[in-house]
Amino acid sequence: MSTTLLAPALLSQATAAASAQAPDALRAQREAGARAFEQLGLPTTKVEDWHYTSVASLADASFVPMNGDASGVTAEQLAPYLFSTSWPTLVFVNGVHAPSLSTIDALPDGIRVLPMAQAMTTLGDQVARQLGTAAPADRDGFTALNASFLGEGAVVHVAKEMVVDTPVHLLFVTTDKGVGGMQHPRVLLYAERHAKATVIESWVGLTDGAYFSNPVAEVMVEDGATLNHLKIQREGRQAYHVSTIEARQGRDSHYVSFCFTTGGQLSRTNIYTVLDGEGCGTTLNGLTMLDGEQHGDVQTRIEHAKPNCFSRQIYKSILDDTSHGVFNGKVFVRDIAQQTDGKQTNNTLLLSKTAQVDAKPQLEIYADDVKCTHGATVGQIDQTALFYMKSRGIDADMSRQLLTYAFAAETLETIENETIRDELEGVTMRRFTSSD
Amino acid sequence: MSATIDQLVNREYQYGFSTDIESDTLPPGLSEDTVRFISAKKNEPEWLLEWRLKAYRRWLTMKEPHWPNVTYPPIDYQASSYYSAPKSVKPLGSLDEVDPKLLETYAKLGISLNEQKRLSGVAVDAVFDSVSVGTTFREELAKEGIIFCSFSEAVREHGDLVRQYLGSVIPYSDNFFAALNSAVFSDGSFCYIPKGVRCPMELSTYFRINQETTGQFERTLIVADEGSYVSYLEGCTAPKRDTNQLHAAVVEIVALDNATVKYSTVQNWYAGDENGLGGIYNFVTKRGKAMKNSKISWTQVETGSAITWKYPSVILQGDNSVGEFYSVAVASKMQQADTGTKMIHIGRNTKSNIVSKGISAMKGQNSYRGKVHILPKAEGARNYTQCDSMLVGNECGAHTFPYIEVQNNSAILEHEASTSKIGEDQIFYLKQRGLDAEQAVSMIVSGFCKEVFKELPMEFALEAQQLLGITLEGSVG
Repeated sequence: MSTTLLAPALLSQATAAASAQAPDALRAQREAGARAFEQLGLPTTKVEDWHYTSVASLADASFVPMNGDASGVTAEQLAPYLFSTSWPTLVFVNGVHAPSLSTIDALPDGIRVLPMAQAMTTLGDQVARQLGTAAPADRDGFTALNASFLGEGAVVHVAKEMVVDTPVHLLFVTTDKGVGGMQHPRVLLYAERHAKATVIESWVGLTDGAYFSNPVAEVMVEDGATLNHLKIQREGRQAYHVSTIEARQGRDSHYVSFCFTTGGQLSRTNIYTVLDGEGCGTTLNGLTMLDGEQHGDVQTRIEHAKPNCFSRQIYKSILDDTSHGVFNGKVFVRDIAQQTDGKQTNNTLLLSKTAQVDAKPQLEIYADDVKCTHGATVGQIDQTALFYMKSRGIDADMSRQLLTYAFAAETLETIENETIRDELEGVTMRRFTSSD
Repeated sequence: MSATIDQLVNREYQYGFSTDIESDTLPPGLSEDTVRFISAKKNEPEWLLEWRLKAYRRWLTMKEPHWPNVTYPPIDYQASSYYSAPKSVKPLGSLDEVDPKLLETYAKLGISLNEQKRLSGVAVDAVFDSVSVGTTFREELAKEGIIFCSFSEAVREHGDLVRQYLGSVIPYSDNFFAALNSAVFSDGSFCYIPKGVRCPMELSTYFRINQETTGQFERTLIVADEGSYVSYLEGCTAPKRDTNQLHAAVVEIVALDNATVKYSTVQNWYAGDENGLGGIYNFVTKRGKAMKNSKISWTQVETGSAITWKYPSVILQGDNSVGEFYSVAVASKMQQADTGTKMIHIGRNTKSNIVSKGISAMKGQNSYRGKVHILPKAEGARNYTQCDSMLVGNECGAHTFPYIEVQNNSAILEHEASTSKIGEDQIFYLKQRGLDAEQAVSMIVSGFCKEVFKELPMEFALEAQQLLGITLEGSVG
């Protein structure tokens, strides 16, 4: 009945990292992280939030920290994952920032993009103060583990009232050299008041070997700011990916998240946001496409803490073969959060007999003047629609492909940036039209 | 305006009287001896005692569950009395032999056994504290071969049937409260509808807790044999007491091939006062097993109890079986309700339909917790779930915890949920049509619950509507 899994290999790594050489500010955090991990361990399926996703295989695995060996990685290899070569891009290879592959020289005005190590030296206290505020080390075993390895990652800071149109891309790549390794990068996104920016966080695996990514992103969206945050997860087929994104929002701010998931043998994304200023809102959309034996879990939690806030969610999954999809969407409305307007939609398309899905849309409401709805559906391709298309002379295969794509497109269309939208639509289209 | 609402919600619990009847009450406490005592008192056969003891021993190893979204002080299981019977119990030949005081109680409750016998055509089995006091319409039912009697009588006279089906849907090891019930259940109702028989009248059980500090642990077992039909009603009340009383019932339904069982509950246990003092803890396990082409339908109106913890479920085992759940749950004052359903789809082409309406008022906390599980073999399964919550006042809460688990891609599932409050504009509209605020609220609420009420048998629907009006009285203004 225990609710924690001991992960001795991970723990000894975490303790070692905590006692290693590091700047003072980091060291305190790391020690706190290691202590918290010792307490928390990894969650078992007895923990309500992890009921459908077992991380027992992670507890037994013995990953070592990645060494950042970037040898043999060329710009051509990365090109398919870049969206645009002209965008500022910070590349990490096997867990460590790779300056030679990054292009952050020509940054637009008002935005700072720094690898964590550099941010610690140039911004020092400012960064240290932010670490662990949105995603505290003791939230769960994974944030604890991330804290105990603190040091790699990126800081993106948008100055007040600056509207930055060009997206910033943080690209985390794992190659064959990273097999058997793990990475725990921390990303800080900070949008000052009335600023606007787009940040892409990409996870790419160029290997079929097993590795473990455990990133934590902390997002601050100050009063009136808008932050678009896209997480594109295309990890290797054997990868473990557990990521936590925690946002704090100020008055009239808007946090827009898109979560695109196709990779990993076991992936889990937690997106938590606190609507902590009157009149702010959040839009969390996502698309998960899995096949083979993949397991993909997305969990969102929106806490309405102030009045007059809105939240919108559309999450879709397309599951093939024996894949297993999980969605848990929690909307929590505090008693003072009157005039809350919340909407959540979750649709799953099962392409094969053996695919399975577990969905848990959840509302917890302690205020009375609210309008909250959620809807969830699970099904296969509509036979009537299929028949209709066939009656118009489109063959069965093509009809199926079109309907599947159309199902996915509804979420992709919500992406504001045209280049990213086109690219992801292309990826999706190719996925369902290529002959296998 | 809120003054009116307050008045509405605060109306006195009208079933809060207690009846002064001499009764046989076991001193508080629970041990193996208690279990043996109850069994001996009822002249039970050896196998049932063994079953009770197994349940009791299992219960000792179990922990009280705390996952529901409710809070209450720890329950002292030794402080409750596990058996209380009106003293004059001896085998009853006819209703005329029932203690007139008891009959008076039931008359106060509005279910005069005599009246009902003649007028309404509803067969009633009334359970007073732990013992069944009388069953009406026995002969008429017997003509059809229908067995409808108290549980103890069923054990005596239809032992084989009881033995065959007891625990077949809810095993004694199912959960903490079901195990407790299996060990100490005192009475309840048993109903058997033979093959191909359509029960000519509604069957009904009325439960009443009278003694202070007694818990009530009744057990209902309904077996609908192939091709039969039965509609079953259950109503509950209790006197007002300052202490919390535990009610841990078990209801098992077996619907064999082509059978239909409709089970309706109007639960109006004492809910405690506005400060949360007193009231019943209603921790109930209800489950049905539906075989081929059969249908089990649960309808519940939950207005009472300090805490409700209840998930009437259907195991859709046979192909083409249907499960339905219609619920109105009201949490007012300091009430907490964590209720919903489970639909387990095992057979092919199984269908389930869930409509849940939650109303929270004053400081009430209302949670819907439901699970729809489609197993890999459940080809062509279909589920539709709708759960709506209505909030009245700004100190209450409404929560939904739906679990959707799908392991077959030919299944189609839809789930919808919404939460909203009674809008000022809606009330304003009705007021300008000449209704007062109270009527307006009552009209909006009954419109909100209409889908569920229409599933209730006629006389129950009326009662439910009134009950809802009473429970919410004073919550609008």
